[in-house]
Amino acid sequence: MADPHTIHVDIVSAEGEIFSGPATMVFAPASQGEIGVAPRHAPLLSMLKPGEVRVQTPEGPEQLFFVGGGAIEVQPTHVTVLADTAMRAKDIDEAAALAAKQRAEEALKDRTDHISQAEALAELARAAAQLKVLERLRKLRA
Amino acid sequence: MPGTKEIRAKIASVKNTQKITRAMQMVATSKMRRAQERMRAARPYAEKMRTVIGHLTEANPDYRSPYLQVRDTVRNIGIIVVSTDRGLAGALNANVFKQTLMLMREWQGKGAAVKLCLVGAKGLAFFRRLDAQVLASTSHLGDRPHVKDLIGAVKVMLDAYRDGEIDRLFLVNAEFVNTMTQRPSVAQLLPVQPIDTEILAEHWDYLYEPEAAQILDGLLMRYIESQVYRAAVENVASEMAARMVAMKAATDNAGKLINEMQLIYNKARQAAITKELAEIVGGAAAV
Repeated sequence: MADPHTIHVDIVSAEGEIFSGPATMVFAPASQGEIGVAPRHAPLLSMLKPGEVRVQTPEGPEQLFFVGGGAIEVQPTHVTVLADTAMRAKDIDEAAALAAKQRAEEALKDRTDHISQAEALAELARAAAQLKVLERLRKLRA
Repeated sequence: MPGTKEIRAKIASVKNTQKITRAMQMVATSKMRRAQERMRAARPYAEKMRTVIGHLTEANPDYRSPYLQVRDTVRNIGIIVVSTDRGLAGALNANVFKQTLMLMREWQGKGAAVKLCLVGAKGLAFFRRLDAQVLASTSHLGDRPHVKDLIGAVKVMLDAYRDGEIDRLFLVNAEFVNTMTQRPSVAQLLPVQPIDTEILAEHWDYLYEPEAAQILDGLLMRYIESQVYRAAVENVASEMAARMVAMKAATDNAGKLINEMQLIYNKARQAAITKELAEIVGGAAAV
């Protein structure tokens, strides 16, 4: 890093890059309490709680980013914030998992819906075509 | 020769269909571009994640996360199959399912049972006819899949892996090569393949909050989720590309059909005029 008074910050989430640039100081809501990271900080790895990440840029105002949790990696010259896009908690994850299981079970149990609907529609189309042919035949005979 | 009126009605109906297919083609084109952008946007996260996990495993050789351990005997495998929610996308889903069936057969041949996790409505409709064991599913993600819609389904598979219900986890989705080409791709998610990073100059370790083990597992979980997310987004891009090509072909075919019918229509019209003229001339001569 060229400038020893700044630290390079990357804030990324699974759905996109949020911030990338130099900073003089970074604050983040680590799982054990808020931490402040200055340039040449010792290597640190921590999970994040939902909260705000504050980045003090060298030229201007402080920038605020909300993170729903995630992880922060600190190295002497750069900081990486791996932000979660969704709120994470053990019970929320558990509920989501349960819902995914249920959807699978329901879909397997309920063999009638989509497929049979498509089949029924095809059947209907076939019947309509047959009817048309019959009508035409009747006209021809008449 | 059919009547001119019927042909005209037929032409109008094909023209309507053509309008729809052309609109679908254009919608798919713009959606594809947006999906490609999202694919690109998801890349930095996965790369940063890989680097951190790489550092972490190197700094902590003594902790063996269950997600990194390779199990020798494979009794069950899990497959996450990403498919589309809607059809009219050419052979895209069929190719993905074919690849999945090949993978299933390969492992069943080795005596392993297969457990599935299905993303997308088409996959659900296909695999439920096969009586495959489906552990979890999620569908109707829309054109903009979100990580939060995938967390549940992925967690079911991760838990199954940790509890020993499955010993390998694969991911099958349509890989976006370019607009004309999408091919099914199979990737192994679990155990996580060793990540090679640049050799660190000197040995150092992080300060951890909380413990290293907990962080590593949390990161690996997110890493796998991000891979499934990337697969879902890539699948959307592939779906749109495939639909674009399919709808372009349909529009072109409709155009050809209209031209042919227009010719038949013109012939029929001229034949009718000639016939009428002949009748008038014939009638006049008789008088």
